Amino acid sequence: MNGVHDMGGMDGFGKVEPEPNEPMFHQEWESRVLAMVRAMGAAGAFSIDASRFYRETLPPQVYLSSSYYRKWLLGLEALLLDKGYISKDDVAAGHAVAPAKSLKHGKFSIADVERIMVRGKFGRAAPAAAKFKAGDRVRAKNIHPATHTRLPRYVRGHVGVVERDHGCHVFPDTAANDAGEHPQWLYTVVFDGRELWGPDSDPTIKVSIDAFEPYLEAI
Amino acid sequence: MSEHDHHHHDHDHSELSETELRVRALESILTEKGYVEAAALDAIVQAYETKIGPHNGARVVAKAWTDPAFKKALLEDASKAVGTLGHVSRVGDHLVAIENTPGRHNMVVCTLCSCYPWEMLGLPPVWYKASPYRSRAVKDPRGVLADFGVSLPKETEIRVWDSTAETRFLVLPMRPAGTEGWSEEQLVDLVTRDSMIGTGFPKTPGAPS
Repeated sequence: MNGVHDMGGMDGFGKVEPEPNEPMFHQEWESRVLAMVRAMGAAGAFSIDASRFYRETLPPQVYLSSSYYRKWLLGLEALLLDKGYISKDDVAAGHAVAPAKSLKHGKFSIADVERIMVRGKFGRAAPAAAKFKAGDRVRAKNIHPATHTRLPRYVRGHVGVVERDHGCHVFPDTAANDAGEHPQWLYTVVFDGRELWGPDSDPTIKVSIDAFEPYLEAI
Repeated sequence: MSEHDHHHHDHDHSELSETELRVRALESILTEKGYVEAAALDAIVQAYETKIGPHNGARVVAKAWTDPAFKKALLEDASKAVGTLGHVSRVGDHLVAIENTPGRHNMVVCTLCSCYPWEMLGLPPVWYKASPYRSRAVKDPRGVLADFGVSLPKETEIRVWDSTAETRFLVLPMRPAGTEGWSEEQLVDLVTRDSMIGTGFPKTPGAPS
């Protein structure tokens, strides 16, 4: 979706402000939100793509004015409500009042913690041969899906060069909507800065994205 | 709600914010419904606070600086290469290491959210997840580097890696001059988090830390 989260190339957000000796969490509740998102995802309530999609669908003014973990909280609440893991009555009461729904992988317990400290595996068997190979020139399709996608707006319609083939990976566009993993070939595609930003761009810039095959067309 | 809520209005943080109340309520709901063990949430937080962090990435970089065979393996398949190191071997399948050279500087961003190599660098800093970095890194990387006090020769190519899938990138910075003969252990201390994102350089020998 063309949400406000798709920020690449937007102007006006100001300077980057590094914070010396930044703490891991600025407030204790942030760590609880992180832990709840990780635990509920691992228990099978949602995929990483779905959790991203729910954050992206926050109203733009909420997205832009909320801190990072506040966005995570709002996205988590909306997702769990939508999928029936919690109810409005639970939220209003601040306690469980409605019955629980069973989780795909069962209760998240202390024995599961070590397992989630390693990133999941997203590589899958290839359903078909790869369409592109390193060195191929490709155009990022001019597509504007209304639902989740990982094709940033700033590359759409632009021509780049395939640099790496990462194999077949879970396709976020369908995984985010409970429409299955539909593995797709994944490539690093490199774009020249002037191709993306026009002739006034710094000529020394190159930008790459990791693009799933359905995002690309041969030229 | 406790009795404290009625008489503390002196900004001593004894009152819970709306966000804190929502977080507490949600945690109660999830534990009461039997979805998560409260102790498991504590353990997750503790694991992030103690086990992951840029020290993992720093060890990988220092080893690559001192061991050419490891460096070659790292650049070919970072997940596999890191998997051979006992102390930092818990890494996912899709780690990619990218090498800075005199002619090319690499920098990593996630314009769509906040993708970041947690196992190597820990949880990302606020600036990495915030709008200024996400919006500008792909269009004006030199301007962003200037915000960090970093400048590169004007002919150096800047390659920005937008992390738009589950691949995670680790920048292998150039080994600082003046470290000839240094051991891997000594070199670890020169590797900064930002140098592994590409928004900084490693420390130089003798410079204040």
